[in-house]
Amino acid sequence: MRRAGVVAGGLVVLVFVFVLPVVLDPFRLNLLGKYLCFALVALGLDLLWGYAGQLSLGQSVFFGLGAYLFGMYLKLESSGGKLPDFMSWSGLTQLPAFWQPFSSPVVALVGAILIPGVLGTALGYLLSRSGIVGVYFAIVTQALAFIATTLFIGQQPFTGGTNGLTNFSTIFGLPLRDAEVQVRMFQVTAMVLAVCLAFTLWLARSRFGRLLVALRDDEQRVRFSGYNPTLLRALVFGLSAALAGLGGALFVPQVGIVNPDSLGIILGIQMVIWVAVGGRGTLIGAVVGAIVVNAAQTAVSESLPDLWQYGIGALFVATVLLFPQGLVGGSLSLWERLNQGVRGASLPGRHPHPRSAPPLPEGEAVPSKEVAV
Amino acid sequence: MSNLVLQAIFNGLSVASILLLVAIGLAITFGLMNVINMAHGQFIMVGGYVAYVCGAMAALVLGPAGAGNGYLIALPTSFVVAAGLGWLLERGLIRFLYKRQLDTLLATWGVGLILEQAAKNIFGAPNVNVDVPEWLTGSLPLTEDLSLSYARLFIMAMAGVALCGVGWYLFRTKTGRLVRAVMQNRAMADCLGVRTDRIDATTFALGTGLAGLAGAALCLLGPVGPFIGTDYIVQAFMVVVLGGVGQLAGTVGAAAAIGGLDSVFNLAFSVSIGQVIVFALVVAFLQWRPAGFLRVRTRSG
Amino acid sequence: MALLYYPVQYEGLEASKNIFYIAAPPNQQIIPGVTYLLQKGLKNMYLLGSDYVFPRTANKIIKAQLQAEGGTTVAEDYTPLGNTDYSAVVSKIKAAKPDVVYNTLNGDSNVAFFKQMKAAGLSADNMPVMSVSVAEVEVAGIGIDNFKNQLTAWNYFQTIKSDANTKFVASYQTRYGAKEVTDDPIEHAYSAVYLWAKSAEKAKSIDVDKVRAASNGVSFESPQGLITLDGETQHIFQKAMIGKAGVDGQFEVVWDSGADPLKPDPYLKTYSWGASVAAG
Repeated sequence: MRRAGVVAGGLVVLVFVFVLPVVLDPFRLNLLGKYLCFALVALGLDLLWGYAGQLSLGQSVFFGLGAYLFGMYLKLESSGGKLPDFMSWSGLTQLPAFWQPFSSPVVALVGAILIPGVLGTALGYLLSRSGIVGVYFAIVTQALAFIATTLFIGQQPFTGGTNGLTNFSTIFGLPLRDAEVQVRMFQVTAMVLAVCLAFTLWLARSRFGRLLVALRDDEQRVRFSGYNPTLLRALVFGLSAALAGLGGALFVPQVGIVNPDSLGIILGIQMVIWVAVGGRGTLIGAVVGAIVVNAAQTAVSESLPDLWQYGIGALFVATVLLFPQGLVGGSLSLWERLNQGVRGASLPGRHPHPRSAPPLPEGEAVPSKEVAV
Repeated sequence: MSNLVLQAIFNGLSVASILLLVAIGLAITFGLMNVINMAHGQFIMVGGYVAYVCGAMAALVLGPAGAGNGYLIALPTSFVVAAGLGWLLERGLIRFLYKRQLDTLLATWGVGLILEQAAKNIFGAPNVNVDVPEWLTGSLPLTEDLSLSYARLFIMAMAGVALCGVGWYLFRTKTGRLVRAVMQNRAMADCLGVRTDRIDATTFALGTGLAGLAGAALCLLGPVGPFIGTDYIVQAFMVVVLGGVGQLAGTVGAAAAIGGLDSVFNLAFSVSIGQVIVFALVVAFLQWRPAGFLRVRTRSG
Repeated sequence: MALLYYPVQYEGLEASKNIFYIAAPPNQQIIPGVTYLLQKGLKNMYLLGSDYVFPRTANKIIKAQLQAEGGTTVAEDYTPLGNTDYSAVVSKIKAAKPDVVYNTLNGDSNVAFFKQMKAAGLSADNMPVMSVSVAEVEVAGIGIDNFKNQLTAWNYFQTIKSDANTKFVASYQTRYGAKEVTDDPIEHAYSAVYLWAKSAEKAKSIDVDKVRAASNGVSFESPQGLITLDGETQHIFQKAMIGKAGVDGQFEVVWDSGADPLKPDPYLKTYSWGASVAAG
């Protein structure tokens, strides 16, 4: 099964990288590239939520941050050495110190991954150490998305305010809107996604991955076995943040703009639905969910915008009530049932206890507190 | 100068009462039932629209001058309508998700989206106006510089009424006692013959009804439109989490704290900065005391 | 490649060749608004806006204009987009006692602001407000009791008396409902389509470059009056107007910029103080 999976996966990657750019028109290809960036974020969120059981409603903060950080490089390059336009009309006379290193694409790219990663690790550590887990963690991450949005909108001289960073012209010296360049960017995104998917699949099977699942299911036992849950949670949050930042960095040159909506609450909660629809705890499900939900959104909102909001609302409800395992999770369950007794057919995240009936990944690492009025 | 201080105190109380009204329904559904109702903001919206409809009907019956009288009916009506919707939601969706707290978050977010779109389709996307009675407009002049607006005083009164109402209901009525029993020890309550499913529905309906009431009260000061739900939801959760989940007294304290801080920072700096500071302080406070102001002492700690 | 016809007022200071700016840059809305207030003796202004690019740029322009023309900026205050708590702002306004509030708030914030001003005892009699983002549609949401006699600056009001406007309003209400109102952005969007159509007719083509090249001087007898495209800036020549809100939710036009439409000036070149603002 594993070998067949790898071959199939490899074929899919090849199709994405070599066949689709020829078959799809540039507009649709560009849209798909955007979805692939979202899939990167979803991967990180699945690790965090599907495996480690921590629901974050604020992955958008790291995604947006990565997009802004790489966007700073794009903005500086398109301003050709002069002060970016939004800074001039906001009253700045010279480039702020923290912007200056971002004229280098390497710094921007590395920064777009590392800065969210470090931020995520630090935040994860602080929150976990205070015992902020489960629902409280979710709400705090949502509040962070709110704070980030307000902050970025308000600091117009440094971030472009509500307009964000726009008017990019070149990347690495090549014109951004050139069709050939767009195709290359798509291919790079597809390959990066493939590598990250392989990495996270490997990680999920490793000791770290199993520890995450153990943490989700029984934190006390993990602690008594000698591991440090706080550190584990910090690491997985940091990793998910880095993946989100990477997604953001690849997103901004393909979409051509980044604004505070990319940091916000609504995007943050949409990211959760991608993972839920695809199937939490399967990683492939995260990728599938991100692509399918966004493609559906584009298709439906193009033709029937009002209907889309009903549709996505119903999708949230239906996914939770009717198919909590998601598309990939549900398919894998079906496959397993058709192939009774085939061991190793499942991915670690979905079956916390290999031989018992699979309970649904609740997303709660700690039992809820007793409540009294 | 002292007038500014008095004004700041009044503003703080006013904002605190608004926050309390917004959050008290959530304190019940989240605090008592451990259900995360992300559609709470949309129930507030429902209350606002009920007030609008009452005003429109009053205008039909009594003529445009009488439209304001519809508002008085609006208050209990919005409670009832929102409670009814909440009861339906609980029976139709929430009761399947009691063991899955984070899933209630997702499912109710979806419900919120549907309610929002329905409001947009029924009433249109632009905001609508709610007519209010004459005696709720204007303000009470205390000194030359300091005047207390009747609308804000009314909202403070409503918040007080809501709080007392909930307290009386939970501690002085039979149903309230049953609610507390079910929340504290469901299995035992079941054994003793309590209809726990009915109690669940009633409690949830109480929470959403209070949200509807808040929506009707807030028409006096704020917009009524399909998208106002999102304006309130983040703040509501902050108040409940800060106050300590499961403790109504904590919710009051948190509303007072956030309201007071909001006022001070908004007056001293601008509202933009003020909001960010207050939120950051709340998150920082939660670092220190993650269970909020008043912790529930349980055997696990 | 396509052309964007943008029918909403904005902050100026730009001229993209892919955009036709059909609605007002500051010199056709914000600046006449300030001039009108100064003429009425309302010189000390409290600038209140939502926190994003349009109000911030607008306030830069207003401050420069006030400095040059003898007014004062009493305060410059911003609230987040979507903010609905104006208790602090209203208290600050009461304490500062300006002659007028120049309001660049947007969206739901306007509803909350005016309701809370009225609740605090401030109305057009004792605290006039000049708004640039409140039109006939928004007044309905605010409640006419909360907005009576307040001022707004636009290029179009539903009460304009002309054949073109009467026909336009009637057609609009037939199509969308007798209770619907028309406002400046609606009218500009309507006119924009005709301006494009006339440019394309003149160019005998819908090719983007040809339409652009042909657009200079294209005129249209719109509901707001005769408007003409200016090829150089890709804005339009149009009149500025000030309206005062009446009890029925409609605006009475209390001032307009005169018989000749105003030339668009997005970079504020015609103002002696404009250079400092445009440069940043």
